[in-house]
Amino acid sequence: MECLKGKSVYKGVAFGKISVLKKDDYVVKRVKIEDTQAELQRVEEAVEASKQQLQKLYEKALKEVGEASAAIFEVHQMMLEDEDYKESIENIISTQQVNAEYAVASTGDNFSQMFASMDDDYMRARAADIKDISNRLVKNLSGQSADVMDLDEPVIVVADDLSPSETVQMDKEKILAFVTVHGSANSHTAILARMMNIPALIGVDMDLEALHTGTEAAVDGFHGEFFVNPSEEVKERIQRKIEEEKEKQELLQQLKGKENVTKGGRHINLYANIGSVADMGYVLENDAGGIGLFRSEFLYIGRNELPDEEEQFQAYKQAVQNMAGKKVIIRTLDIGADKQADYLNIEKEENPALGYRAIRICLAQPEIFKTQLRALFRASAYGNLSIMYPMITSTEEVVQIQAIVQEVKEELKADGIPYNDVEEGVMIETPAAVMISDELAKMVDFFSIGTNDLTQYTLAIDRQNEKLDRFYNPHHKAILKMIQMVVDSAHQEGKWAGICGELGADPELTETFVRMGVDELSVAPSMILKLRKIIREME
Amino acid sequence: MKKFEYTIKDEMGIHARPAGMLAKEGKKYESKITITKEGRTVEASKLMALMSLAVKCGQTVEVQIEGSDEEAAYEGMKSFFEANL
Repeated sequence: MECLKGKSVYKGVAFGKISVLKKDDYVVKRVKIEDTQAELQRVEEAVEASKQQLQKLYEKALKEVGEASAAIFEVHQMMLEDEDYKESIENIISTQQVNAEYAVASTGDNFSQMFASMDDDYMRARAADIKDISNRLVKNLSGQSADVMDLDEPVIVVADDLSPSETVQMDKEKILAFVTVHGSANSHTAILARMMNIPALIGVDMDLEALHTGTEAAVDGFHGEFFVNPSEEVKERIQRKIEEEKEKQELLQQLKGKENVTKGGRHINLYANIGSVADMGYVLENDAGGIGLFRSEFLYIGRNELPDEEEQFQAYKQAVQNMAGKKVIIRTLDIGADKQADYLNIEKEENPALGYRAIRICLAQPEIFKTQLRALFRASAYGNLSIMYPMITSTEEVVQIQAIVQEVKEELKADGIPYNDVEEGVMIETPAAVMISDELAKMVDFFSIGTNDLTQYTLAIDRQNEKLDRFYNPHHKAILKMIQMVVDSAHQEGKWAGICGELGADPELTETFVRMGVDELSVAPSMILKLRKIIREME
Repeated sequence: MKKFEYTIKDEMGIHARPAGMLAKEGKKYESKITITKEGRTVEASKLMALMSLAVKCGQTVEVQIEGSDEEAAYEGMKSFFEANL
């Protein structure tokens, strides 16, 4: 047995026979030619043929792995039309009077060299794309089939590196895993592997000449290990792991439609966190009971001016309508700190996390806040909408918010626009809010604990600072005590309290939270069924 | 000649795909359109040259347009950047 190490880009396990993909040994020969015009014509034809093949690959990828991953084949088509690339091929043919294959191969080498030497990881990875299109052109010129891989049985694909066109042409049903010598976490192979849920290891230091198609092997994506001729012991371990993974997936699927209730009958709501209307699909797919945190920032970021009321109204309305009566908690603008919008002209701050952000912007620039509130209340007439205010530190802030909300409601009433009285809550993400949670509970309908900021403010640890990792303990007693305090304050007033920070999705704490009396956990859609499982297994 | 500056908002910067779309857009006009980042200038219609600028999110580029249809090209490029980058 040989155990090789690599970097795992998709965690999973596989066992089977390997299929070694060797790059063609086809060497492009330099041949003198007389008729340069005819060579140029051949290039034209090969470019055309390549573009058509790429269009087909694009359509195949679109169906199998979606738009985002298919786009690379569109880019390949565009690269083939690049003026500099074409000019270089034509120049080599005309000035050196050589064959088209040679001109394409040396142009491809030059351009991919240029990308390979850039300091930007993403652009360096594009060198593979240029090699890919150049190989395709050469194959089309020399009459070889540019399309590869016909697999009879499922295999572990082992290669030096895989080009996007090689990866997508493979029959997904026949691939157990990818193992490559080269490639980066940014490469298309890595991206496709994740989309296709296939275990993949890259950067494995192996000698392809020494490996043979048909040899037994195992891939452990959890540990980044590739075993060639695995021992019985390893085989057994991997097989067990495969079974486990399969069972886990099946079990999770069976939990759809089931309640989040412990054996003792305690019920807890599992909601989803989302960042845009486009994420709604995952919410429904994973059977979330509602949306516990809808970050409204996506409407504000990546543009040049504030979104107007109508645009916001349409987005919120779509969200509540899609959820068809299930709760949708929309958090008002939480910009500032690590999320910036240039048009707001927020000055550079010494301490952005302690700076002009979230509700502070909304209260200092109430016209921005009022536009959002009007859109939210208008949308409330179309479904089950709740509003949540971020970064609260005092009861005065809540009083100010309530005054603005009152104004908005009166304006809507005067305009004859329908709205509902919605549940309004606050995020508890500052130690101050925790300490006055008893008073806040009298003023609002619910609490949602934002553990990311709460932890950072309580432990005085900047999470972006890697040097502090060793001091950072997300399970710190101080945080757990604070959560308990917030939950108790809410219950005292007959209100509910949930958690929408990352901690809420930590399976190690689910049981603790349920015992504390937390009423709701709002987590990434992919975590919903996993937490449901834990809850249902609790006594 | 007309020109404008633009700060890239797209998280990925001018990566392969928008560069391809930008090159396509650049080819629509008669005018010569160039993109400059940190003193390096490339033609907007050339995909690989554009990619070689490796423009990241938050970086500012200058777009220069010169030629017979520069008015239309200016408007076209401006709205392209705002919509896609």
